Amino acid sequence: MEQLTCESGAIALSAMRTGERGIVLELDCGRGLRSRLASMGLTPGAEITMLQNFGHGPLIARVRDARIALGRGEANKIYVRRVA
Amino acid sequence: MVATCHDLAPETGSALDGTPAGRPVLLALAGQPNVGKSTLFNLLTGLSQHVGNWPGKTIERKEGCFTFNGKLYRLVDLPGTYSLTANSAEEVIAREFIIRERPDVVIALVDAAILERSLYLVAELLSLRVPLVIGLNMIDVAEREGTHVEPEVLEAALGVPVVPMVATRNIGVQELMEAVDRVVKGEVTCEPRLPQIRADHQKVLREIEELVDGYVPPPYPQVWVALKLLEGDQEITRMMQENLPQERWTAVQSLLRAHDDALVAVASGRYEWIGRMVRAAVTRPRAGQISLTERLDRWATHPLWGLLILGAILGMVFWLTYTVGSPLQEWLDVHVVGQAAWLVHASLAQAPYWLSGLLADGIIGSAGAMLTFIPILVIFFTVMGILEDTGYMARAAYVMDGFMHIMGLHGKSFLPLCLGFGCNVPAVLGTRVIESRRARLLTMLLAPLVPCTARMAVLAFLAPAFFGPYAVYVSWGLILLALAVLVTAGALINRTIFRGRRAAFIMELPLYHVPNWRTIGLMVWQQTMAFVHKAGRVIVPVSVAVWALSVLPEGGLEASWLAGFGRWLEPVGRLLMGFDWRLTVALLTSFIAKENSIATLGVLFGATAEAGLADRLRAAFPVPVGLAFLVTQILFVPCVATVAALRRESASWKWTIFDLLLLLIISTALGSVAFHLARVVGL
Repeated sequence: MEQLTCESGAIALSAMRTGERGIVLELDCGRGLRSRLASMGLTPGAEITMLQNFGHGPLIARVRDARIALGRGEANKIYVRRVA
Repeated sequence: MVATCHDLAPETGSALDGTPAGRPVLLALAGQPNVGKSTLFNLLTGLSQHVGNWPGKTIERKEGCFTFNGKLYRLVDLPGTYSLTANSAEEVIAREFIIRERPDVVIALVDAAILERSLYLVAELLSLRVPLVIGLNMIDVAEREGTHVEPEVLEAALGVPVVPMVATRNIGVQELMEAVDRVVKGEVTCEPRLPQIRADHQKVLREIEELVDGYVPPPYPQVWVALKLLEGDQEITRMMQENLPQERWTAVQSLLRAHDDALVAVASGRYEWIGRMVRAAVTRPRAGQISLTERLDRWATHPLWGLLILGAILGMVFWLTYTVGSPLQEWLDVHVVGQAAWLVHASLAQAPYWLSGLLADGIIGSAGAMLTFIPILVIFFTVMGILEDTGYMARAAYVMDGFMHIMGLHGKSFLPLCLGFGCNVPAVLGTRVIESRRARLLTMLLAPLVPCTARMAVLAFLAPAFFGPYAVYVSWGLILLALAVLVTAGALINRTIFRGRRAAFIMELPLYHVPNWRTIGLMVWQQTMAFVHKAGRVIVPVSVAVWALSVLPEGGLEASWLAGFGRWLEPVGRLLMGFDWRLTVALLTSFIAKENSIATLGVLFGATAEAGLADRLRAAFPVPVGLAFLVTQILFVPCVATVAALRRESASWKWTIFDLLLLLIISTALGSVAFHLARVVGL
């Protein structure tokens, strides 16, 4: 049940607009990328703030006080839930 | 405070001995990227540091010695990594060093402004059971960013000494070493609270541990190996596959298959542990304010303004390099190298021609050419060092990311290519910042297409000779042509040989900060010395060999073997690009060092670059030939030093030769197109 409610609010990180905040839900990617993302703080439950997203090209998000630049392809594989 | 390992024999049992066994205390410095590791390393070791490579790897290894409180310490700088899982060669090096060399103390440097994230590496280090001292660096930056950390509370929570520091201002370094000293003496015993894996995976971890029990090769800790298996670490998986009996390995495999989300569980477990550790220690009195970094980044990382800012900065770099560096280069060339050669010729007037020629033209000529490039390189490295140390370079990589995608590369490849404008050798070495082997190799292969200062010098001399007032436009056109070829070649190689695969772009944008001159100064010094060293070992012997070919057997260039080879090649050069043998020979000698083309033409036309050479060239060759020569030389096979760097960094003759052939084909093909096109339009 809990998983269902999570899934319903899930969006790709790349869909978050500048200034929005969210919680990381899932990393939908291969082991290598998942490991790198996790070690840089992007684990399920981590709070994430979009600092810059122009809708194309790479984006910048704040995760655990660090500013992380991500390619759009990578951001498409990270699922988040918006929080107010 | 500074001593070298070699000055003191460790066996003598003097007062400077580190450990009772009589060897220096072995310290390892660990930390994530951008936490100020190199600043601390430079503070502790100063100029006693030794820079080399990790065995079998092209990753920089820095170590140095110093004494503190009468003890001799050997400090090894581990590569900056976010974790100790085998995602990259750096991570494997860092953990293998800790597991195999068992340092007496590991100093873990963490960034107080990004405390949770930088403690992730600490969580990994703790599970290796090494004595740890934590340097809580950048507390000033953290305060500015609105984060207050209480070191004593963190120390109590972690059970490991925590020392607050501001390494850039030499604050806390003394206290850090005192803490290390206490740990070495055994006055402090570290009793760390170890991170736990998330509750839903504790059972499977225990099961794996039981399966590997007794089969883990020393010196690897058993619990740690079980954890890394669960994380899906490739190196450890391979190691255990070799060491476990078949039925146990099958059992481990089926457990791992049933828990393929374990990686996230392990990482989340570490972050939950970190959360508990920092909860009491961190307060954020001024949360939610917009920091200086974020305000600057609104401009520096903007898709349009960011590119304009980058363009302006690069413009300034080139302006500085050419207005300050080029006159210095000329001065060195005329007054130091020229004088030295003249002196040798004059004092050896009675000696056989080959002796004075060997000394003056072969050795002084080639070593001197290297020397004259040093001012330009120092200026270039300094500016690049400042941009790197302030944190701007990551922004440059970010705004260039979209453009680099055309070649299947990402933003990080932009930085080494940028260095290529100074000299291609540091560009090839600079590809070390790129994690993926494929992206690194491609960047390396493309680096020689960036026109370096030496090729620009040839261009600056020859373009006015053929194009008079239009020389500026032709020069800019040729530089743009080289860059267009770079992008096209990159896109084609990526789509064909590398089949369009692309490495993930994940990069931290560090906080902006005031540059540390000590760090930059040492970096410039090391890079320049590395250039002199690497280039010197190749350039001088090869130059002497080519010089010998250009004077043997009779003593003159015109009757030499090299000229004979040029004449033999003449039909090809004439057919393709309208070259006569002299232009072919000039191109061939540019292989030693790019600026040699002009010197060679000077010899062959019996004129110097300062007087008359330009006029003679204009008289000897029509404009299409001149254009073809300029196109070919700017795209031609790189110089010997770059080839040596390519071979070393790619660790492959196959790719090095591939690159040479590729550049040979591109340069002669485009030179030929330029020649025939120019003839058709009637230039």
